[in-house]
Amino acid sequence: MTTTQVHVKEAEPASEEEWQPKIVTFCCNWCSYAGADLAGVSRLQMPTNFLVVRTMCSARVDPEFVLRAFAKGADGVLVLGCHPADCHYIGGNYRTRRRIALLRMLLEQYGFDPERLKLEWVSASEGPKFQKTIKDFTEKIRELGPNPLKDESGSIVERKPE
Amino acid sequence: MAKIKIAQYWGAGCGGCDVAMLDIDEKILGVAEMADIAFWPIAVDTKLSEVEAMPDGYITATFYNGAVRNSENEHVAKLLRKKSALIVSFGSCACFGGIPGLANITTAKDVLEYVYTKTFSSDQKNAKEKVYPQTLTHTKDGDIDLPTLYDTVLTLDQVIDVDYYMPGCPPTTNLINDFLGVVEKHVKEGVPLPPKGTVIASQKTLCDECKRKREVKSITELHLPFEIDIDPDKCMIEQGVICLGPATRAGCGAKCLNANQPCRGCMGPTAQVLDQGGSMLSALASVFKIGDKESQMNEEDILKIMSQVKDPLGTFYSYTLPKSIIKRVVKERGPRKKEEAKA
Repeated sequence: MTTTQVHVKEAEPASEEEWQPKIVTFCCNWCSYAGADLAGVSRLQMPTNFLVVRTMCSARVDPEFVLRAFAKGADGVLVLGCHPADCHYIGGNYRTRRRIALLRMLLEQYGFDPERLKLEWVSASEGPKFQKTIKDFTEKIRELGPNPLKDESGSIVERKPE
Repeated sequence: MAKIKIAQYWGAGCGGCDVAMLDIDEKILGVAEMADIAFWPIAVDTKLSEVEAMPDGYITATFYNGAVRNSENEHVAKLLRKKSALIVSFGSCACFGGIPGLANITTAKDVLEYVYTKTFSSDQKNAKEKVYPQTLTHTKDGDIDLPTLYDTVLTLDQVIDVDYYMPGCPPTTNLINDFLGVVEKHVKEGVPLPPKGTVIASQKTLCDECKRKREVKSITELHLPFEIDIDPDKCMIEQGVICLGPATRAGCGAKCLNANQPCRGCMGPTAQVLDQGGSMLSALASVFKIGDKESQMNEEDILKIMSQVKDPLGTFYSYTLPKSIIKRVVKERGPRKKEEAKA
């Protein structure tokens, strides 16, 4: 065993079994993905509980993507796009905004806390805003706890006939 | 020529699908000529024990309508799967859960409690000890059992392997005739059957079949169908009436729209999507035009405008909740304690 391996082992948290939020972040290609990139190259520190999915526009995020993310065990979904009046495709972000508003109403009816889905505007120059959004959202999801579709062990509950 | 054997069964449905089968007019004579009815509770008196006695694969084709909502539905579905060469998921309830599938917003316990103790005319409204139907009752003459009501309404293909799907509430005469024609050709001339999993309907969306004119591609407000005078030649959505056409599979001939009523989505999602509700939500939000001021509006303004859709779940998933991505309502465990959240 090399020293590095020993070091890694010691650095592990006391209870690795403990639940950690899983967040899916959709970033539009033109603004938010570049904003995320800027946050990264600027070495801004943030929680690492998120996965980034790059889409050409925030409007490319079909409600089905969000519902599937939750169905597959995501605890929170972030959709990031260009600021109003700044969309590369002129009106994509407005469509996203209307859809997310309606989708949050739907999620609430499904019994989810609508806070699990968040829309935020992050431009290509807003590395710090990306960092703040990730930090705040991760904290919010930690408060909300695991996705209600998951059981205590953290796996998705398959609904089979009783 | 030996006749084929067909069966039809109802799970959690209304019986409309059984009637639809009889509604094919003179074609029913062709069915009688080609097939014997092995089992069809609404029409012939075959007992379940007789079905159990049939050899496996004895029935050529079974049309199962209705969702799977209790232990009896499931038992019969599994029995018929064993005894049938082909199973057709017949009607919206069997394919997607249908209207009974909306019970997935609640639980079996709540349903029983409501029906037996809370309705206005219930004798048990003020009773101290409430009485509920039991799945097993012992009497001196023997035990009597009732099926168990499930918490979650299931589609037929969530319980057994299904060969073909025929959506619709109920499936239209044309679809039934088309399929029976295919079966007849297969029986008489040996023409191969369509591949397994085929949905017997169109591959396109209902808008493709709808004859209404589409011009403006945006709306500003929503109306319920009775609130306005609906122009029979103009697109429903353009008039501000929620019509599930853009998210619904064609094949029904746009019957509701011909009767000046919006589509409610009984044909289920189109071939390319998994979630009819998500697809409709997306389409409706896209055509909502708020005007030039949209860049100056905040999230609350937008929410207020979108709140014109009073019941997104009930509207977008009228027929497909058990087949949707989320399938049923869930329950949040509630906010975690601060220390727990921090850990």
